[in-house]
Amino acid sequence: MSEVAVEKVEIEKAPKEPLFSTKNKKLITDPLNENNPITIQVLGICSALAITVQVKQAVFMSLSVLVVLMAGNWIISALRNLIPNRIRIIVQLVVVATLVTLVDLALKAYVPDVSEKLSVFVGLIITNCIIMGRFEAFAMGNRKWPSVLDALGNGLGYAWILIAVAVVREVFGSGKFWGFQLIPDSWMMANGGFYMNNNLMILPPMALITVGVIIWIQRARNTNLIES
Amino acid sequence: MAINKEGSAYTFGFAALMVIITGASLALVSLGLSSNIKKNEADKKMMDILSSINVESERTNAAQIFNSVVKERILLDADGTVIRTMNTDVDPANLEDPFNVDVQKDYKQKISKLVQANKNDKPVLLEKVSEQDVQYPLFRCEKEGETYYVVPMVGTGLWGPVWGYIAMKDDLKTVYGASFDHKTETPGLGAEIKEDFFEKQFTGKSIYEDGQYVSVSVVKAGKAGDSEYAVDGITGGTITSTGVSEMIYRTLAIYDNYFKTQRAS
Repeated sequence: MSEVAVEKVEIEKAPKEPLFSTKNKKLITDPLNENNPITIQVLGICSALAITVQVKQAVFMSLSVLVVLMAGNWIISALRNLIPNRIRIIVQLVVVATLVTLVDLALKAYVPDVSEKLSVFVGLIITNCIIMGRFEAFAMGNRKWPSVLDALGNGLGYAWILIAVAVVREVFGSGKFWGFQLIPDSWMMANGGFYMNNNLMILPPMALITVGVIIWIQRARNTNLIES
Repeated sequence: MAINKEGSAYTFGFAALMVIITGASLALVSLGLSSNIKKNEADKKMMDILSSINVESERTNAAQIFNSVVKERILLDADGTVIRTMNTDVDPANLEDPFNVDVQKDYKQKISKLVQANKNDKPVLLEKVSEQDVQYPLFRCEKEGETYYVVPMVGTGLWGPVWGYIAMKDDLKTVYGASFDHKTETPGLGAEIKEDFFEKQFTGKSIYEDGQYVSVSVVKAGKAGDSEYAVDGITGGTITSTGVSEMIYRTLAIYDNYFKTQRAS
């Protein structure tokens, strides 16, 4: 009996690889570009529309998603051999809902100003398809460390698109960056100047169009991404 | 005996355990953070009330400034009768404290439907609102020797609730200042109601015309001119502006019952 047990442990330990092997690095870099959750998989679009009006909101939203995704992927990966297959989606949903509620409570208690800005959108992280997608597609079938790296990669991939869209929308829609005025008041048409903020930028359709432009640039640079 | 992981017993057991663990951990964290969260909410409310009388405060000193500036917290019923007054320091845990009356909850549960149903008939709306079992808090403040009365307001914007505080001067006719906030109005459009340029317009306006209550209306941008009873609305934020206008009219009409008796005495 004891021999068998020892063998088993060895088998599990056998494919020991460095923490940042090429394979593990790819887990982080792939979602940033070639397999980006927003521009390639087109997941999590709703939040990309809703909270990209200001850069600050986008940054805190991205951070919240990153935390939830990393913790969730780790938990699901740790439990993956215990979760009954028939209710695995429910289990994943409970894990993400719990984590999001914890993040929401923590924001409310320690950074109330940010929490006010994000309002309902923190709660909506629960319905962000990226998170359930990573749980189901990756964490259910992989070890803890790769799962955390995968979460980090996807979270960052989500974050940079969100922040890029938010920069475009805040600068052209409100003439501000991180809340600081970029366009002097004297330029404004209301004060006799020649400039006017583009109100269309603030409305949700322009977020979609901005994401579309990013997808366009990405595919123009990397023709492998174009479907035949 | 190996456990059958696909069996119903295991599945139910797993689900039950999961619910107990997550439920317990959420309850614990929520309990642990609740005093922090309550304090943050109270601080924010104090900052909003103070900002309507142009007193700057931050989260760190809001309670201290509030307790020194707000001399009396008054609770009224719809007829303007005083239910109780308090002048001790605010206690966020004391539900009797007029400061802790949740005007937003009252609006959502008892008044918002009436507003929707009686959009075009202000007298009927006011009558129905005053029949509701709602209590109205009022804050009497003193700043640099002057007395101001701060009235909390709640209304409906385009996407969700809008709310704010309007401060009346000692004569209870002239507006001293106002501050507004919202939950989900469009940034750059309706959301501009919380910006200074909109709020500052209210200073010096009057809610009485020849002894008649008229409130301060938010009119189409550029149309207010020199009117004593109107301010310019937000371009592209018409529904939010109309909501703010309705909110001020309805709220001050109720408080006017109290203002009338105060002016008479």
